Amino acid sequence: MGFVAARWRRPGSMDSLDEWGLGGRGFGGWVTWFLIGGDLYTAYTFVAVPALVFGAGAAGFYAVPYTIIVYPLVFLVLIRLWSVSHVHGFVTPADFVRARFGSPTLALAVAVTGIVATMPYIALQLVGIEAVLKTMGVHGHWPIVIAFVILAAYTYQSGLRAPALIAFVKDVLIYLVIIVAVLYIPTRLGGWGDVFSAAEAKFAKTPAPGDGILLDGTNQLNYAMLALGSALALFLYPHSVTGVLASKNRDVIRRNMSALPAYSLVLGLIALLGFMAIAAGIAPVVTGGKADTNTVVPLLFDAMFPDWFAGVAFAAIGIGALVPAAIMSIAAANLFTRNIYKEYIRRDATARQEAAVSKVVSLVVKVGAVACILLLDPEFSIDLQLIGGVVILQTLPAVALGLVTRWFHRGALLAGWAAGLVAGLWMLYEIPNAAKRKEHFGGSAFKLSDLGLDTATTVYAGVLALAVNLAVAAAATLALRTAGIADGADATRPDDYLADEGDPKTGRMELTGST
Amino acid sequence: MASTEPAAGNPPPRPARSDRSAWNLLLAVPVVVPLLTFLFNHDGPRLAGLPAFYWMQFAFIPLGVTCTAVVYRMTRKRG
Repeated sequence: MGFVAARWRRPGSMDSLDEWGLGGRGFGGWVTWFLIGGDLYTAYTFVAVPALVFGAGAAGFYAVPYTIIVYPLVFLVLIRLWSVSHVHGFVTPADFVRARFGSPTLALAVAVTGIVATMPYIALQLVGIEAVLKTMGVHGHWPIVIAFVILAAYTYQSGLRAPALIAFVKDVLIYLVIIVAVLYIPTRLGGWGDVFSAAEAKFAKTPAPGDGILLDGTNQLNYAMLALGSALALFLYPHSVTGVLASKNRDVIRRNMSALPAYSLVLGLIALLGFMAIAAGIAPVVTGGKADTNTVVPLLFDAMFPDWFAGVAFAAIGIGALVPAAIMSIAAANLFTRNIYKEYIRRDATARQEAAVSKVVSLVVKVGAVACILLLDPEFSIDLQLIGGVVILQTLPAVALGLVTRWFHRGALLAGWAAGLVAGLWMLYEIPNAAKRKEHFGGSAFKLSDLGLDTATTVYAGVLALAVNLAVAAAATLALRTAGIADGADATRPDDYLADEGDPKTGRMELTGST
Repeated sequence: MASTEPAAGNPPPRPARSDRSAWNLLLAVPVVVPLLTFLFNHDGPRLAGLPAFYWMQFAFIPLGVTCTAVVYRMTRKRG
């Protein structure tokens, strides 16, 4: 399938990042819909969100408001990134930061943050596949390695075209499975009323205060902030930016933003599978003495569906992992090539060399992700992903706010980024998880009482860290301006942010400034 | 929610075109409403057995689609 994609809309040459890494920047409405959808709704989502609902109830449902909030934000903000990238030939968010603030250092910070946050995300796609394999009784790692070799081969050859085409197959399968599951499983369990009664009974028996089919007083703020923070983080991830930049024109993106929420519906239904698993009396697979709640959805399918349909469902989860993993590795490779290789290693790299480096790096990134799974405890990969979300949020002032205002000083953005990272990592370190017997990195809900406030309320650590980041960036901007420290030059013009298909392009980005 | 505000920083002196529109304000609705947990954090009224917490959040999806689609229609470049 992926190799066929190489022939699809074959360009004259695959020797530039525009072609390999952005599919020629010519994707229309349907392809973009599948591509962005394939990007954002990953195997890990299908497995982890219901697992969270299975374990904690209502708190896991945050995925629904989160995916509703994200589209209006993109509609206004990310659309400007498309335009300015179109004019200047940017491939990554760090390219934009480089030109906007005239600072390779800030661009490097954004690029490294993006790569660091993406790696565990790719690794988690493998956790999704692993959950399916565990259910089928396959233990060991070699099937994952094989899946990744295939993935690596077709991405290397076809670039972004491959996942775009496979995303179509993936979505058809997922929609089919979910619609059948949601219509069929509750009737076997006696209807939605019974499903929720069973869930209520289960949560009533657990000692944890935060679970239940409704939120309690202390985690409501966390629920809202987690939804907001995740939405903000989502479109800062380099792979979602890749999906947006690959589309043909502004209209395609804007139209898509009102069509993409169809996925939210599916995501919500998938989340409810967690409750169905409770009602069906599913007990997660236990390996090495630890229950893996990620296996509840595959187990539910296995218990409820005839074998052949469970097979289709498992295939859907498997393909659902490969598509985003491919897009993410391409995005990470582009970041390395554009903002590290070309900036610091080889200034005069040609478009052909850039594409060649990106192809190789995309392989390295995938090997790194496989190593994450093979060498680390998957539990630890999940921690890394948690950290990744908080980390990527720290690029918001430079990337997202940079799209609407040039007010911040480049030095201040760097200071804010560093302060946000330190604050975010400290908070995550301080969060214990009693249920998993962990003292650190036990979740993302930071207790405000740890800051000396007299309340049991918890807040998403990422949003607090972002607040620190913004406060430092704003204060430092004022300080640096007062001190008269030189700011970088802005290579973009206000009109660039509104450009559309057919507008003149300046082509290669101008490399001005050196700090 | 600073990132939802349209270019407040440095407006172009003579804008050849603009992405500003009063219609954009409508986009605040699907951003803010799903965050107001007190609106939907209730068990009743249930709909086909689904507690209000769940079906109301499902209902926010068409709300978001409607708002985005309306803004898209009204701010679309004509011609």
